[in-house]
Amino acid sequence: MSGILVIIEQREGRIARISWEAVAAGQRLAAQLNLPISAVILGSDTESLAAEIATRPVAKVLRVEHALLAQYTPDGFTLSLQQLIENESPTQVVLPHTYQVRDYAPALAARLGQVLISDVVDISASNDSSPVFTRQLMQGRLNGSYRHTGDGPCFVSVQAGAFRVEDSPATAPAATSTFTPTLDAAQIRTTPGQPFRGSSQTVDLGSAQLIVSVGRGIKEADNLPLVQELATALGAELAASRPICDNGWLPMERQVGSSGQTVAPKLYLAVGISGAIQHLVGMKGSQCIVAINKDPDAPIFEVADYGIVGDLFEVVPALTEAIKAARA
Amino acid sequence: MKIIVAIKQVPDRDAQVRIDSSAKWIEESDLQFALNESDAYALEEALQLKEKHGGEVIVLSAGPERIGQTIREALAKGADRAINIACDDLATRDALSVARLLAAAVKEENPDLVLTGLQSEDLGLGQTGVILAELLGLPHATLILHVEKTDTGLTVKRELEEGWFQQIDMPTPSVLTIQSGGNKLRYATLMGIKRAKTKEVRQLNSTDLSADAAPVVVLERLSLPQKQKSTQILSGTAKEAAAALVEKLKFEVRVL
Repeated sequence: MSGILVIIEQREGRIARISWEAVAAGQRLAAQLNLPISAVILGSDTESLAAEIATRPVAKVLRVEHALLAQYTPDGFTLSLQQLIENESPTQVVLPHTYQVRDYAPALAARLGQVLISDVVDISASNDSSPVFTRQLMQGRLNGSYRHTGDGPCFVSVQAGAFRVEDSPATAPAATSTFTPTLDAAQIRTTPGQPFRGSSQTVDLGSAQLIVSVGRGIKEADNLPLVQELATALGAELAASRPICDNGWLPMERQVGSSGQTVAPKLYLAVGISGAIQHLVGMKGSQCIVAINKDPDAPIFEVADYGIVGDLFEVVPALTEAIKAARA
Repeated sequence: MKIIVAIKQVPDRDAQVRIDSSAKWIEESDLQFALNESDAYALEEALQLKEKHGGEVIVLSAGPERIGQTIREALAKGADRAINIACDDLATRDALSVARLLAAAVKEENPDLVLTGLQSEDLGLGQTGVILAELLGLPHATLILHVEKTDTGLTVKRELEEGWFQQIDMPTPSVLTIQSGGNKLRYATLMGIKRAKTKEVRQLNSTDLSADAAPVVVLERLSLPQKQKSTQILSGTAKEAAAALVEKLKFEVRVL
């Protein structure tokens, strides 16, 4: 057969939104290529998850079941999906661009002589109707149009938030079948431990209404009070982009982005943050985004409602004073 | 431990990138280049492992002539020697093709550990290390913040999403992709810079590594992203812009 496989990801028995977005990307391809979609779920106990997936707009649900898939390992997933793909011969394999997918999908594609087109934000049709995939380069400053030219399946992972999940009318549940991969414990070379929380979480940025967030533009830890004063004047929580926390200038729990917290406050004021993809996915759902940055081409301005192009060391103190005056 | 660190030279973070006349790549002529950030953390991890357990750190990089500068900087920070794969068409190769080049060079060295950054700041594919492991037939782990040597191999700390972590036990030889932030980066010392000049840099040529195959994925065109929102730019002096923003926060966003 030929068709589109969408790999659904579960975490602790739950399916996150990004997997349904991958289904939406699959639907886009299905419409362009006139092919059916099969959704794939891997694990050791996938019956109820498969039933949930079957209510979504897919033609078929494939349960890849094995005791050795109870916990994610790159070897277990790569071997199982390799066997499934050889069995199903799909033309496209769509995955959510998660940390887990980043861990195994490049190896899976390479094993089949393919290259994953990773972190895709858009899919369009070219003149000859073959799909063109858009992904971001240069930290989000440029877009690149990619095309799969090899023989064999085309592997694509889609960025969180890039494809809209449509409410689909209720239909009869999709047919479900089970695929049992041939796996041996000796083939799984890494032993994963249980996930744990990094540090005690004392800040809940997720529920903050106002956030002032600081990035690399602040230059030195000694300059942080400047931004802290702005946050205090505004009554906002202070947050940061990854490099600030990497440097140990603020604790990791104040980090916004794919590796930190996802926030959607009423106001997100980004100070000296260029807006790398990993940061934008954590805050672009904010109701109002304000950016202060010296570079007018910084990607943060692509998502900002209001922007001030200028030196933060002049703008931030002026803004703090103006807010204090307005509050007085 | 014999450790190979695969590093990449990328356009400097603050560089103004422009699309070149072919619309397939960026104008490189007046760009500044630097070591990819997560690769710097991979190098740091390797140097710290060597300081604790002894051994050798070899940096490996592929690219045009300009990468010599970045390789020298890595040697100045403390790497023992380097392998430089001369390759003028890095940007048009797909991730599998780049990994094949690196794998060919790694195989000759038989290292205990291969480290690389989790993704490059220019292409951002985040795949080279994982494909490298696949081509070498080695186990791997990604997004690693900390590496500890054990009697049987390694225990590594892997970053998961949303503030979660996980420990993974794995054998060596293996491949790890390193996330930024696990260590504090060192600077090159004057002595290090001086010593780097005498360290061995082995020159290889991409055409000699017989790693070429037709690309299966092609970057056809670069374009400027379309704005997702229409941004209202508040101009004027710092004071004027601040006053304009306060007005917006008060009357439109209604948070003041």
